[in-house]
Amino acid sequence: MIDLVLVLLIVTNIELLGSSRLNACIGLCARQGFLLGGVALSVARLEPGLIAVALTALIIKGATIPWLLRRAMRESRVAREVEPLIGYTFSLAFGFLALAVSLALAGRIPLPTPAPSPLLVPVAFATLATGLFLVVARHKALTQALGYLVFENGIFAFGLAALPEAPLAIEMGVLLDALVAVLVMGITIFHINRTFDSISTERLTALRD
Amino acid sequence: MLTALWIVPLVAGFLALKLGRRFLLLSAGVHALLTTAALATRPAASGWIQLDALGGLFLALSSLLFLAASFHAQGYLRREVQGARPDLLEGDLFSNAPEGLFCACLLWFLASMSLVCLSHQMTLLWIAVEATTLASAPLIYFHRHHRSLEATWKYLLICSVGLGLALLGNLFLVVAGSELDSPLQLEMLRQGAAAFDPVWLKLSFVLLVVGYGTKMGLAPLHTWLPDTHSEAPSLVSALLSGSLLNCAFLAILRGFQVVSAAGLSLQAQQMLLFFGLASLLVSAVFIAITRDFKRMLAYSSVEHMGILTLGLGLGPAGWFAMLLHAVSHSLVKGGMFMLAGNVMEGFHTRRIGEVHGMLRRMPLTGILWMAGFLALTGSPPFSPFVSEFLLFQAALTHDHPWLAASLVAALAAIFLGMSRSVLGMAQGAGSPREAEPLDALAAPALLLGLSLLLGLALPGPLGAFLHEAAATL
Repeated sequence: MIDLVLVLLIVTNIELLGSSRLNACIGLCARQGFLLGGVALSVARLEPGLIAVALTALIIKGATIPWLLRRAMRESRVAREVEPLIGYTFSLAFGFLALAVSLALAGRIPLPTPAPSPLLVPVAFATLATGLFLVVARHKALTQALGYLVFENGIFAFGLAALPEAPLAIEMGVLLDALVAVLVMGITIFHINRTFDSISTERLTALRD
Repeated sequence: MLTALWIVPLVAGFLALKLGRRFLLLSAGVHALLTTAALATRPAASGWIQLDALGGLFLALSSLLFLAASFHAQGYLRREVQGARPDLLEGDLFSNAPEGLFCACLLWFLASMSLVCLSHQMTLLWIAVEATTLASAPLIYFHRHHRSLEATWKYLLICSVGLGLALLGNLFLVVAGSELDSPLQLEMLRQGAAAFDPVWLKLSFVLLVVGYGTKMGLAPLHTWLPDTHSEAPSLVSALLSGSLLNCAFLAILRGFQVVSAAGLSLQAQQMLLFFGLASLLVSAVFIAITRDFKRMLAYSSVEHMGILTLGLGLGPAGWFAMLLHAVSHSLVKGGMFMLAGNVMEGFHTRRIGEVHGMLRRMPLTGILWMAGFLALTGSPPFSPFVSEFLLFQAALTHDHPWLAASLVAALAAIFLGMSRSVLGMAQGAGSPREAEPLDALAAPALLLGLSLLLGLALPGPLGAFLHEAAATL
């Protein structure tokens, strides 16, 4: 069951890299949040605290944050294209490469206590890499924020593998933190749009030496 | 008592939304008193919130600098023109964010920095550092124009990604010490460190240095720093440079405490030496070529963060000097950024080439500016000279004497690069003398004066306190 969800996560990563429509990207991000919430639930083993964390993650990552991003997109009435700095073909190639490297890397440095599924750590690393790639390789501020979210999702996935019994307060703090970060980024995106009439960071080039 | 140190500014922030700048100064004063009381009594505590000498040092610095900045803010906010006005560099119209919001964010910024200094739990520390980013982003966007917006976006995105890597470093630390019951509590980590899995521990430290190093402005991860520090209002730049970079450094020091308890400090030091030298090199180049005096000060912060990292990398011989240098840099750079704001108000520009004859037109500012330049470049009799000299001695006794040589070469290059710009600004024919607002000079004069006093004679208790803090590493 958990392996099926993890495979779906991999598919989501690849789709994110190849998707050209902003709306679809936000949808994919929401799906990733739901899937991660599902992984968290299956790891929770019926402990009420862990289930609470998993449900919070599911709501924040799967619903609240995508809703915030959709709102930012609507408010700023941006064009619906992603505007990649690096083309889709190369992005997809990067996705597969990242997956291969993650699989090799996770095999090389094993966790002291085995993760709930052998796929979890490689998927976490691949998601991290996908997020970082999106931050670097996309023009729009909104897409960069999206990349940051995917990156955070990767960290969350690794957290599930590494610390299934982590104190609740910490997990909650980290989740809320991601929420506030996206909120602040969303407000900034709104200002960027109002000032430049565009949310492409191509326009953010006045500061240099 | 310790909890009050971050709860008070947090609550005060909400009140400041309505009450404005006077209340800001009052809250800063209360925080300074609380800090003094906490440092005098050193309340015993265990668990997540504690006050040790290392955290206490950075807490005292932040509180002092914040008090000075709040005083500086009174005159600054009073003189700020209300409503839309043309921008200095490009002439587009812009207006300010509301004053209440500015004061509130300043206080929230103080609350998050205090929490960084008090945290003895790695995830709480991480949350606090991330909170500093979020609280300070609106401060950078106080002047609402497109350049400050660009700076804010870069700051948010680059620092958030950097801190994400630090969070991953925390998780790696959990994996390394998976036998502990209460993971990531600093004292527990240090006790158990010897039994940690060395591979995961090393990877964790690499991620912590890269992650928090992004926030600290270590080259080559410093790209956001000059933009942010040059576009923020000057008193915010003073806090960012003098307090926030220190807080990020404290986070690295916490990671180092764990690594050194595991007996892996030598490998950690090599990486720190690399980042330190890279920062010195990059800043030496950019200080010489930049044409904007606030960016010059920002690159000088990269330089000093490099010196701190180098000091940590030098091993126990350099640690006292490193902490003394952190104190010196905060005092001097805080004062210099405030002065840079005064120069901008007087000359209506940020370009080095457009400022001449400061000593004639604004003699008091000019004298302080020259003194601050001497202090920043490590000239006697200011305190950075003492700390840099001690670090040079530590580098000489290190296994690689070329470290000392490269340190001196970089410092000399930076002195030359800065002196060309600063002397050009201070000397030359200038228009007749103008009135200088005295309240705008008080805070920088106080901070530079403290640096001078520390350079002339280091008070015994402070020296003992620094030694105590260095011994915890």
